[in-house]
Amino acid sequence: MNMEVIGKSVIRKEAQEKVTGRALYTHDYHSTRKLSGRVVLSPYAHARITSIDTSNARKVTGVRAILTGENIALTGESMRDRPPLATDKVRYHGEAVVLVVADTPAQGDLAASLINIQYELLPVVHTPTQAFQNNAPLVHERLGEYKKEKDVYPVPGTNIAHHVKIRKGNVEKGLAESSVTVEAEYSFSPSDHAAMETRSSIAEIRPDGTIKIMTSSQAPFMVKQLIASYFNEDLGKIVVDTPLVGGAYGGKAAVQLELLAYLGSKAVGGLPVEIFNEREQDIIMSPCHIGLDAKVKIGADPNGIIKAMKIQFLWDGGAYSDKLIDLTRAGAVDCTGPYKVENVWCDSYGMYTNHTYATPFRGFSHSELSFAIERTVDLLAKKLQIDPLELRYRNAIKPGHTTPTRVLLNQSNVGNLQECIEKLRKLIRWEEGQVKEINERLVRVKGISCSWKTSTIDPNAPSGVILTFNRDGSINLMSGVVEIGTGTKTVLAQILAEKMKMNVEKIHVRMKVDTQTTPEHWKTVASRGIYMAGRALLEAADDVIAQLKNIASIVLRAPTEDLEVANSRVFIKDNPRIGVDFKEICYGYQYPNGNSIGGQIIGRGNFILRHLTYLDPETGEGNPGPEWTVAAYGVEVEFDRRDLTYRLIRAASVIDIGIVLNEKAALGQVMGAMSMGLSFAGRETFYYDELGQVLNPQLRTYRPLRYGENPEYLVDFVYTPDLQAAYGARGVGEHGLLGMPGALGNALSLAANVSLHHLPLTPELIWKTKAGKV
Amino acid sequence: MKLHTINLNINDQVRTVTVRTGDTLLYTIREKLGLTGAKPGCLNGDCGACTINVDGWPMKSCLMMAVEGQGKQIKTIEGLGNTLIQQAFVEHFAFQCGYCTPGFIMNCHSLILKKPDADDSTIKEWLESNICRCTSYIEIETAVKSALEKNKHHSN
Ligand code: FES
Ligand code: FES
Repeated sequence: MNMEVIGKSVIRKEAQEKVTGRALYTHDYHSTRKLSGRVVLSPYAHARITSIDTSNARKVTGVRAILTGENIALTGESMRDRPPLATDKVRYHGEAVVLVVADTPAQGDLAASLINIQYELLPVVHTPTQAFQNNAPLVHERLGEYKKEKDVYPVPGTNIAHHVKIRKGNVEKGLAESSVTVEAEYSFSPSDHAAMETRSSIAEIRPDGTIKIMTSSQAPFMVKQLIASYFNEDLGKIVVDTPLVGGAYGGKAAVQLELLAYLGSKAVGGLPVEIFNEREQDIIMSPCHIGLDAKVKIGADPNGIIKAMKIQFLWDGGAYSDKLIDLTRAGAVDCTGPYKVENVWCDSYGMYTNHTYATPFRGFSHSELSFAIERTVDLLAKKLQIDPLELRYRNAIKPGHTTPTRVLLNQSNVGNLQECIEKLRKLIRWEEGQVKEINERLVRVKGISCSWKTSTIDPNAPSGVILTFNRDGSINLMSGVVEIGTGTKTVLAQILAEKMKMNVEKIHVRMKVDTQTTPEHWKTVASRGIYMAGRALLEAADDVIAQLKNIASIVLRAPTEDLEVANSRVFIKDNPRIGVDFKEICYGYQYPNGNSIGGQIIGRGNFILRHLTYLDPETGEGNPGPEWTVAAYGVEVEFDRRDLTYRLIRAASVIDIGIVLNEKAALGQVMGAMSMGLSFAGRETFYYDELGQVLNPQLRTYRPLRYGENPEYLVDFVYTPDLQAAYGARGVGEHGLLGMPGALGNALSLAANVSLHHLPLTPELIWKTKAGKV
Repeated sequence: MKLHTINLNINDQVRTVTVRTGDTLLYTIREKLGLTGAKPGCLNGDCGACTINVDGWPMKSCLMMAVEGQGKQIKTIEGLGNTLIQQAFVEHFAFQCGYCTPGFIMNCHSLILKKPDADDSTIKEWLESNICRCTSYIEIETAVKSALEKNKHHSN
């Protein structure tokens, strides 16, 4: 296909805004009417609230309202287990307990500091493994009473919020027939998304009952839906605005501050109230990146062909189940990694602990499970003395194979992993060897990994697009996809420009989402923005083209079949000089005597994924997502054998992307994701004390990668089109991240000659592992 | 708390504003003067999103009190014209969500002004004070180096 606009590095539509400081994010919207909501957080991870005294706080000038948790409905996306403000007891360090609404933040802070809350400490559940024990303290005593969706399977009387089972083939038989087995356990604590824009939400209730919310969210339509359903509000009266979002990575898919802002506004007669997270609050109060304890057993024949996998995931969901249910399922459906495995047994448990509750992190359970699987695959290679790249190649998933939930793969719904591996081999010069001695201290070592991912989204998730014209023939594009930094809106403009064969400058995209006038896009998550909105857009473009041709056929006195659209014109195919400009027909055509025909052209398109199903509760069988993007990764480190420190030299990803829609944007997505993955793998985690308090809730102690600490990045693509997607493009926003923990873990395990089973992969961890202290 | 009415010289204009002793310069320029380009990423000096220029040097405006800004030449991202560094950021895709961008640009802008011959280690020393969570930093590196390069040609 010869493409004019697709594939080009078209500059982001919002670029000028962003380099001039004029781009507005939620907290940048000002109004003198706006009140400030400040939240009092729990200092303890698990404690009974014995008293709350707000009397002194109420005396502070400027205080308008003080709210505590009684009489507020329980919330939670799949299961209603979370009070927006803690009642009776607190379940994590940082949990919201009291909300103060005041004229200014300073007044609110002063009042908040005067609130006296008495707690009685309860035993803390520190890890999902501890939570899983029979005698573990319970995080939720009344688990059986919560209202929940029908495909949620909590186990009352335990800390199990959800259990997903995968039963495929006969795992015991598969293991018995294996000549080699390897088995290992892994664990890591929760961490954070640390988007540079901390979360904020503003809510206002207008005199006519309209609830207006502005929020930095990936899911404005979900905010609308949940507020209506939690608080029995009229759905149509809720309008959610989302301007530009300053980084999200899954962390802004959960609905939290919106609820507090709404409750705050309600308490002060509907005046606008903003909840703005300062960094520490953003880290400990708002939902975080999930932790995991995993057990993996793999059986293989002497050639390394995998016969069976037995897996247990205990996800550290923290105190509430909100998105944990989905994360538990997402981890289960792709539990084996991108390998052909006939016999699979997986128990994926969403566990309650006394940690901050979890929400998706770029990759939705996949970078986490991938660490456990890919480390074990390397252990298998080592045991069998087979080259780890070769071993992955032999087991790579292909069309004709089935996934753990028994979806039959074909040429379209899965990418070409073997080709990714082949390209990776060249890209990282695998032939030169995995280990290169520099001197007696330093050694350079490469580690590799593979990944796959489908997006387990709601089977009925919608996406819609509306196109309108300006009188100069340019087009306005409205989609509910939120611009979270991935450049999606610009890529949509490119798709439309390609389809209409017109100048992309003549396409104006609406950046802000407003749930009243923008057609719904389910949520801007799971690398599904382009996939779904792209299809809706193509349908809208077809609609527009048909309307343009209809009216042009009258004006040009030619049948519509003879017409073509390009360069903002409709013309006769075999005689392009005879034609009419969009601007002459997009608002109706006017004859010289004034008679007019046609009218304003408005295009509409929508998309819904096909054939997705719920999973069978006993076997996991079902179709969880539309397609599997596959990828192969390499990381090279320079390791210092004396002090066990290391430097990142190079990181590589080869992803089957289907097609590149915007080259620089795609590279930016992949490299940015790799950077985040290496940061997660190498340095990011929460440190807790014995009371379950987070010890590093600041960016100086929770320290993401900084300028100059990055390696060199190598990126390559494989192009297997997904026939269901616009121009064949597969999701790519997350995939650069997924393999980083596994590849880095494999490199360092080889370099240090130990088997590393935890994250982050710090020199201290390597030292402790060597000393047998973990 | 005590209030002060002060004059701030911002972006070549004198702005009069009433502040509390405890108001940071960041809070003041954002909330009182509507200059929301500088971002409140951490409010304690860790992230660089609030970086502005004070007398030509990069300064984290969350670490400076508004009252300290008197008598200084303050520049925020809104006060930049169409500089080389802004163009370079656009051209080299040196941002995604854009939230860290004003801080990075103001830091780079000072760097180009104060250290036009900056080598890799100087660039690193300056830019490691800012966090970008979206890009891989390679894009920012390419942008700042190309702007430094162009600046040399301009000044020669
Ligand atoms: S807000 Fe000033 S350094 Fe982060
Ligand atoms: S562009 Fe998003 S943090 Fe830098």
